[in-house]
Amino acid sequence: MMEQIIDQEVSTETPVISIHGLYKSFGELDVLKGVDFTVMKGENIAVLGKSGSGKSVLIKIIAGLLKADKGSVNVLGQEVELLNAKELDALRLRIGFSFQSSALYDSMNIYQNLAFPLTMNNKKLNAQQVTQAVEEALDAVGLLNKINQMPADLSGGQRKRIGIARTLILKPEIMLYDEPTSGLDPNTSSEINLLIQDVQKKYNTSAVVITHDLTCAKQTCNQVAILLDGQFLKMGPFDEVFKSTDPQIQSFYNYNFINH
Amino acid sequence: MEVKANKYIFSKGVDTFFSDVYKAYSFTTRFFKEAFVAPFHFKEIIHQSFEIGLKSLGLITVTGFIVGIVFTKQSRPSLEDFGASSWLPSLIGIAIVRALGPLVTALICAGKVGSSIGAELGSMKVTEQIDAMEVSAINPFKYLVVTRVIASTLMVPLLSLYCSFVGLIGSYVNVHAEENTTLAIFYKNAFSTLTFIDIFSSLAKAIVYGFTIGIIGCYKGFNATQGTRGVGKAANQAVVLSMFLIFLEEVIIVQVANWIRNF
Repeated sequence: MMEQIIDQEVSTETPVISIHGLYKSFGELDVLKGVDFTVMKGENIAVLGKSGSGKSVLIKIIAGLLKADKGSVNVLGQEVELLNAKELDALRLRIGFSFQSSALYDSMNIYQNLAFPLTMNNKKLNAQQVTQAVEEALDAVGLLNKINQMPADLSGGQRKRIGIARTLILKPEIMLYDEPTSGLDPNTSSEINLLIQDVQKKYNTSAVVITHDLTCAKQTCNQVAILLDGQFLKMGPFDEVFKSTDPQIQSFYNYNFINH
Repeated sequence: MEVKANKYIFSKGVDTFFSDVYKAYSFTTRFFKEAFVAPFHFKEIIHQSFEIGLKSLGLITVTGFIVGIVFTKQSRPSLEDFGASSWLPSLIGIAIVRALGPLVTALICAGKVGSSIGAELGSMKVTEQIDAMEVSAINPFKYLVVTRVIASTLMVPLLSLYCSFVGLIGSYVNVHAEENTTLAIFYKNAFSTLTFIDIFSSLAKAIVYGFTIGIIGCYKGFNATQGTRGVGKAANQAVVLSMFLIFLEEVIIVQVANWIRNF
């Protein structure tokens, strides 16, 4: 098995995300069926599962983008479902969300993409302070030289990095990564994995990484959780989970490491 | 994943129709709730006014001018049959200011502005840019919808006035070529039969059309689904629905204006 880069020991035992009995349906389709999930401070958890298993729905509920049908979602000590719009916005400033599609604003250049969330949330910053924060975030992802380019001029990997930089500019405590390596070649995927580790070290974040890339899960997370048919099948350190003789877990492992 | 039993109240089509009407109603009421509460994105409103107003000027100029010429050319033979060609400027004034100016402007803007808003917001929706705003604690409804609807509501009446003005110029060019009438006499005759209610109802119509174009474009774009196919669908539906509602509103406002005129 590959070398696991992130330490499995976590420094503190404070939960930053705590989910109990979470249910979510879309019309006639039950996506999440009683999910229980906890992320401790300083911990990175990978949520693995097949496409359409509800992984992205889970982090969208954590970020308050979707409402749960039933269950409790506690993020940084606050029940997401009970927050009003203002309180939810205050909580969102402490959460960074890296989208699968990067979700960069097409009509803005890279500088404007990063400055936009900062200036909209802090009107008191002057132009120099904004530029400094933008340059710092771009430097953290190694793309300071792209500051004046448009998103359309960037490669997929660069767009992902800029997407991460845009979340870092607000100095989040929790990072939510939605398929950070999907659609990227192995070298670029590896660079993104290293970036996720750097972010955790530099910004002391906790993270939920939604992926079906086992290399990404092993290299970036302390724990992995397998989501299947709307429920977690197994959760724990990577090696422990994949030692399981459960045929579904083995088939997932074999698909990633034997077929690819 | 489990599939639940059929839960439709009437049928899928009927339930979807009423659900869509309710969603559109909620979207519109949300606009009024958020439009008058801070923060106000004045910079973005000005930017959108520029996009909607200034960038439509060329098209409105050409269309308005042609409408003026064509309407004059088409009306002249009928009036001449009755020996009433001197009434031509008055007829043109009433037709352009009361109906053609606002209607032509609204239809052009429904095509140009409505489709552009629908496609832009639709692509932002399907590429998760709207979600990205939301997770950055920026209210996308306020930033994207409120600003565009306000800009459209402000710009369409101004474009409508401009279109009427250009239409009258077009008409004058034709009248001058045929009858050698001076501009002063033409304008005096054109405005002689117009009343305050004509100007007011024309402006009121344009305000309603501008609001309709903005809110429908935003509603369709903001609720786009199914990837790039959904973006095209949103842009198309924004144009079709806006035009349909504009004609419906035209009938209602004309009836109300006539009722006020005769009161």
